[in-house]
Amino acid sequence: MEEKVVEIRGLMKSFGDLDVLKGVDLDLYKGENLVVLGKSGSGKSVLIKIMVGLLKQDSGSMKVLGQEVSTLRTKALNELRLKIGFSFQNSALYDSMTVRENMEFPLVRNVKNLTRGEITRKIEELLDSVGLPQSINQMPSELSGGQKKRIGVARTLILNPEIMLYDEPTAGLDPITCMDINNLIVQVREQYNTSSIVITHDLTCAKATGDRMAVLLDGQFKAIGSFEEVFAHAEDERVKSFYDYNFVDS
Amino acid sequence: MVGEADDRKPLLSKKIDKFFTGLASAWNFVRRFFKEVFVPPYELKEVIHQCYRIGVESLPLISLTGFIVGIVFTNQSRPSLSEFGATSWLPSLISIAVVRAMGPLVTALIAAGKMGSSIGAEIGSMKVTEQIDAMEVSATNPFKFLVVTRVLATTFMIPVLVMYTDFVALMGSFLSVNANEMVSLTTFFVQVFESISFLDIISSVLKSLLFGFTIGIVGCYKGYNSSKGTEGVGRAANSAVVMAMFLIFIEELLVLQIVNAIRMM
Repeated sequence: MEEKVVEIRGLMKSFGDLDVLKGVDLDLYKGENLVVLGKSGSGKSVLIKIMVGLLKQDSGSMKVLGQEVSTLRTKALNELRLKIGFSFQNSALYDSMTVRENMEFPLVRNVKNLTRGEITRKIEELLDSVGLPQSINQMPSELSGGQKKRIGVARTLILNPEIMLYDEPTAGLDPITCMDINNLIVQVREQYNTSSIVITHDLTCAKATGDRMAVLLDGQFKAIGSFEEVFAHAEDERVKSFYDYNFVDS
Repeated sequence: MVGEADDRKPLLSKKIDKFFTGLASAWNFVRRFFKEVFVPPYELKEVIHQCYRIGVESLPLISLTGFIVGIVFTNQSRPSLSEFGATSWLPSLISIAVVRAMGPLVTALIAAGKMGSSIGAEIGSMKVTEQIDAMEVSATNPFKFLVVTRVLATTFMIPVLVMYTDFVALMGSFLSVNANEMVSLTTFFVQVFESISFLDIISSVLKSLLFGFTIGIVGCYKGYNSSKGTEGVGRAANSAVVMAMFLIFIEELLVLQIVNAIRMM
């Protein structure tokens, strides 16, 4: 039996009168890349924000690495967060800091007794692995959208997370940069041995990066399985239309 | 008629509800500041960086304003005093006005406009672009890094800036007095220091600490609670200035009453 790193059961979340998640069940297994697909506003990002304790569910269970997130106190929650890397939709780089300072920020605050040399070595190694060693002294405003995403991923990897969460990694990027980001997601899994959840509505990204797909519609997962299993025999019209829009000429 | 009254009722209660919710949220924000300020880690490097930003970057504007205030106030006071042949009182009058009220007030209002809006906009834009969330998920306390450091910086730097403004305003006043009444620098400052008491200086420093805290905490609160979108950031910056200025005037009034009561004892 494969080891589960994330276990979601009956998760519900509303904002005012709007029910976003209506009893969601999902598992993430160790070493797999799971893609969560869905329309904009379907609650995909809400799901991963609950996973890192940025939002709290109304009911249901969200276990990450065996711990129930909603019951954790600040210290325990922060310890869990160190094991989760979160790559934000807009990269969320600290715009008043250089790339080096951005990457140092989580490292110096969470790993004690590192020398200046060790910090620099770690930063250079990660910038190398995302293909941007020359950007170390640049400000975020001097980077392109794709470069910001890469630096964002490198910043999350600096704490050696076990789980990576990517929120719309290819949103707003050109097709070639999208392909680079997709390759980076696959490379991160192989190089750093992470389990990942990729939130997207881009089927090309989903196909390139995911081992399994989960389609979130109306606050529930309508289909879960491999790309072929989900889309080859899709019964739900909306799941089918997802595929048609991305891959079939109108 | 009854129907009309009922229609209006929820609107009024909604406003009152919003007012008290806002008040409670602001109170909790201030409480959180005092809870976090004494707990390590102490982000000293960032406090120093913010002190530098607030202090050094405000200097040109504060210098110019303080200097002009000194000259203008002296020139405006001269005709009234000369009617009684009392222009020799100008240094005393200006020093009391500058140290007790003008210096702290002018500095605080300029800092509220410059630093309050800058803090509100900076933190607001960090909120909107998920930078605060990014800090939180990397197991760093964004409140400590962004709010505590900035509030400490404004609290400690405003008194320093006030002393500087007092000095620059008095120098402006001296230039005017020297040009018209031929008073030397030594005579001018002897009169200045004879007129101000220890209570004046202490109350000015304490008032400045309070103003500095207000500018920092209001700017941070408005930025931290800004709603999504660029419009929300603009609104946060704007309301940070308006609210800080309003509170500074209220505080000035309260401190004045307390100091006057002490003076009469």
